[in-house]
Amino acid sequence: MPSIYADLHLHTVLSACAEVEMLPPLIVQRALQLGLGLIAVTDHNCCANCAAVWQAAEGTGLRVFPGMELQTAEEVHMLCLFGTLEQALTWQGIVFDHLPQLPNREDIFGGQYVVDRNGDYVRTEERRLAISSDLSLDQAVHRVTALGGLPIPSHIDRQVNSLLANLGFVPADLRVAALEINGRTDPDDLTARQPEVAKYPLVRNGDAHRLGDMRRGIVFEAAEASLDALAQALRHRRHRIVVD
Amino acid sequence: MILKEIIEALDLRVAAGAVHTDVEVTGGYTADLLSCAMAGAAAGNLWITLQSHLNVVAVASLNELAGVIVTEGRPISAETAGKAEEEGVVLLHTPLTSYQVAGRLWALGVR
Repeated sequence: MPSIYADLHLHTVLSACAEVEMLPPLIVQRALQLGLGLIAVTDHNCCANCAAVWQAAEGTGLRVFPGMELQTAEEVHMLCLFGTLEQALTWQGIVFDHLPQLPNREDIFGGQYVVDRNGDYVRTEERRLAISSDLSLDQAVHRVTALGGLPIPSHIDRQVNSLLANLGFVPADLRVAALEINGRTDPDDLTARQPEVAKYPLVRNGDAHRLGDMRRGIVFEAAEASLDALAQALRHRRHRIVVD
Repeated sequence: MILKEIIEALDLRVAAGAVHTDVEVTGGYTADLLSCAMAGAAAGNLWITLQSHLNVVAVASLNELAGVIVTEGRPISAETAGKAEEEGVVLLHTPLTSYQVAGRLWALGVR
């Protein structure tokens, strides 16, 4: 079976904190240069650029998972990965019902741009996305899973917006597909410090806000880069973190 | 009460925004979740928090706060202080806990 290299965490120009170069054709080009077979589009609290990246990758052999990086009520960031655009858009609707209705302040947070497959401007998302939803971590995990998605808490050992910083521990019986560790973290160091982390499959991604941040995060063997194949690989720990 | 007087009374260290301390403080707010501060801290308030990362400056600027008091001596990075300086946000530093700071401000009449 072929080895599939994946980076499951990246931001497009829809995320106010991402660079203007994070456009669908450039993201796809960079992914192909890196030899990635799978990427996930995970903007903050919004899925509006997932379809554009998906379309930009059509015919290239690169698989794109539509997704989101949700900010929970605890201000914990969590990747929500889906196999289809329909699932992602359903999730988007749920999250928007749980986000405060506030206008974005471009001067403070930066612009939030929806683009097409060519990277051309379509519209500005006026709603503030850099904010917490009122979905708790637990609620979000259940609802993403019920929709057929994979919940993966982001950069759990980061100083802010993370499971370990905001909660201080990994809650017992947290039913997530994996835990994402910080980009520079050695998994062995982390599990030595926080033994409960070892109960979960660990992944590491680029969390790219610029093209240069994209990376070969994990690798797993599967006939195709489907969400189910990823879920199986994680569940049976048949994946590994790429050491570069 | 004027912010400068509070800084003196509580012996706070000014980490950024020293030129903006001549303002009237309208009240206080305590939270470590940024979303709470965004929703609850009013213009002219002093925000008391453990958090000292870059996004604290964005919230202080957004809500037009009189300043932020970072408690328990949590380190303030040069990046955060630089951003606060740039945005005209007053960042204050103390080894006291948030509870102690709130108590002292209340006793000073900041309510």
